[in-house]
Amino acid sequence: MDLYEYQARDVFDSYGVPVLAGGVATTPEQARDIAASIGGPVVVKAQVKTGGRGKAGGVKLADTPEDAHARASDILGMDIKGHTVHRVLVAQASDIAEEYYFSYLLDRANRSFLCIASVEGGVEIEEVAANDPDALARVPIDAGTGVDEALARQIVTAARFPDEVADQVVAIAVSLWKVFVGEDATLVEVNPMARTPDGTVLALDGKVSLDENAAFRHPGHAELEDSAAADPLEQQAKAKDLNYVKLDGQVGIIGNGAGLVMSTLDVVAYAGEEFGGVKPANFLDIGGGASAQVMADGLGIILSDPSVRSVFVNVFGGITACDAVADGIVAALGLLGNSATKPIVVRLDGNNVEEGRRILDEAAHPLVEQADTMDGAARRAAELAAA
Amino acid sequence: MAIFLSENSKVIVQGMTGSEGSKHTRRMLASGTAIVGGVTPGKGGQSADFDGRALPVFDSVAEAIAETAADVTVIFVPPKFAKSAVIEAVDAGIGLAVVITEGIPVHDSTSFWAHAQGSLTRIIGPNCPGVISPGRSNAGIIPATIAGPGRIGLVSKSGTLTYQMMYELRDIGFSTAVGIGGDPVIGTTHIDCLEAFQADPDTEAIVMIGEIGGDAEERAAEYIAANLTKPVVGYVAGFTAPEGKTMGHAGAIVSGSSGTAQAKQEALEAAGVKVGKTPSETAQLMRELVGSISS
Repeated sequence: MDLYEYQARDVFDSYGVPVLAGGVATTPEQARDIAASIGGPVVVKAQVKTGGRGKAGGVKLADTPEDAHARASDILGMDIKGHTVHRVLVAQASDIAEEYYFSYLLDRANRSFLCIASVEGGVEIEEVAANDPDALARVPIDAGTGVDEALARQIVTAARFPDEVADQVVAIAVSLWKVFVGEDATLVEVNPMARTPDGTVLALDGKVSLDENAAFRHPGHAELEDSAAADPLEQQAKAKDLNYVKLDGQVGIIGNGAGLVMSTLDVVAYAGEEFGGVKPANFLDIGGGASAQVMADGLGIILSDPSVRSVFVNVFGGITACDAVADGIVAALGLLGNSATKPIVVRLDGNNVEEGRRILDEAAHPLVEQADTMDGAARRAAELAAA
Repeated sequence: MAIFLSENSKVIVQGMTGSEGSKHTRRMLASGTAIVGGVTPGKGGQSADFDGRALPVFDSVAEAIAETAADVTVIFVPPKFAKSAVIEAVDAGIGLAVVITEGIPVHDSTSFWAHAQGSLTRIIGPNCPGVISPGRSNAGIIPATIAGPGRIGLVSKSGTLTYQMMYELRDIGFSTAVGIGGDPVIGTTHIDCLEAFQADPDTEAIVMIGEIGGDAEERAAEYIAANLTKPVVGYVAGFTAPEGKTMGHAGAIVSGSSGTAQAKQEALEAAGVKVGKTPSETAQLMRELVGSISS
């Protein structure tokens, strides 16, 4: 889960990372009040989980509270790369003498963590990496020992931070590591980390990604989630504990196992090329034990998607037997009754497949047809979606 | 021979008395695995019955090893307790720890991985289906009935694609199939398996299955180009996955332009690996390869 900038700011603040005074507003009036309480010029910043908001006009300076009200009215409701702005961060404005970059992230290849730091901040770090790779320090972190003051000092030296800010950056590096571990983050990024003309170092903008697998030890993380921003079908699926991702095609997909479902999407997209570019409408993994209820929940969500024109149920019976899956499909269609209106192509293989196919044959539901292979079923589902 | 797991492997199950643990202990026993006991803290001294076979339960992995000479553990404990279960197994000196548990925080995985460095333990997983050397032993949840012993080695991030590919190639059979897991941080990698298959006289050819996220497939491609003489066919899932969305597996995510299926396929092809567009086309490529080896 990626946090908004204002959430990252609050988390930083709670771990003692220096940030500017600020608050989040959902209305121009709130923005004006926050600006008044800060006093002096403020920056009004669109809260969207995408880059390039400055270029899109989503970051504006405001000299007075009234000005903050006006800027917030401009920015709220704005569309930035497909993201509607529902909130703005109103933060104290600050002069900047220098901009740095600092991050901790997961290093998958080394099964550990990595610190990336640079005195060239304020721009996309990928640009720095491409144009001036020597300006980036990449310091591996042992997950067993983490970042203490000594390692923080090595990072500061490796990234060639100026002497006059070294002590401040060391302290911030140690605090950010506490954020990274304490919140079970997979990314903590400060860009820019800024030095003001009076020599103070601050986290001006931040990105934090949290590990959803660690939710069990962070009950507060659930509140950070912006469920209103999620796709409505994704929200419904989440409420039913289904692993669903909305896509923009026409063939609804249900399968068991993440890898097999990803593969199913690909195979449908290939088959769809023959039928005018038909594509998968979603990812939905119903996992190993496909009970009738889970199948009904999944089918229900997919059939309620207006862009779906056909459905492909692709199950390989590994631990789950195909007869249980077939029973689940029949029962699900019974539960859905007349709300099931779109053709469903089913491909069953593996454990107890003969019995599974027999159950579906005997049920002879008018919407259901079976296919022998995954490729054949994908082709048929694409054909039905194009019809 | 096979890799990692043989008919001589003595297997214990951590979490054997839980619902998943007991279900799969029964299945592993049925497929001929030499399971010698289980570990559930607080239940030491009891025994658990599996269709008339009583298996001893121990309080700790160390005790289990002392009593049974076990060298493999299969871990089914819930995410909350998984880190300490793995560390306990490492400290007890187990040779192979297969971590089936899904949903372990990545800070816990990096932590037990760091702890295992320099130890005797190979870790497979987490969030994996385990490893099977058909006809010899089965440590995990891969159904033993899909395919029998044969000449192909298989390594895959995904469980169900492992099953699908084993099914497609059941006429040839497998030396060993390893599900390395779909988490961002995993113990045994594609490269570790490729290296072991290259050295295994029972393995003639290798199927490697990858998916979006990270760059493990790209690194495996480099390794293949530099080190492998046995033929490899590949398959990559997730060409249609959108950027920034986690596709079921915690590690299956395209971030910006990195971790795409396209990049992985290109890297594998540049290393001389034939990559199928679908699982069945991949199986067909393997069938042609093995046919040409035999003739």
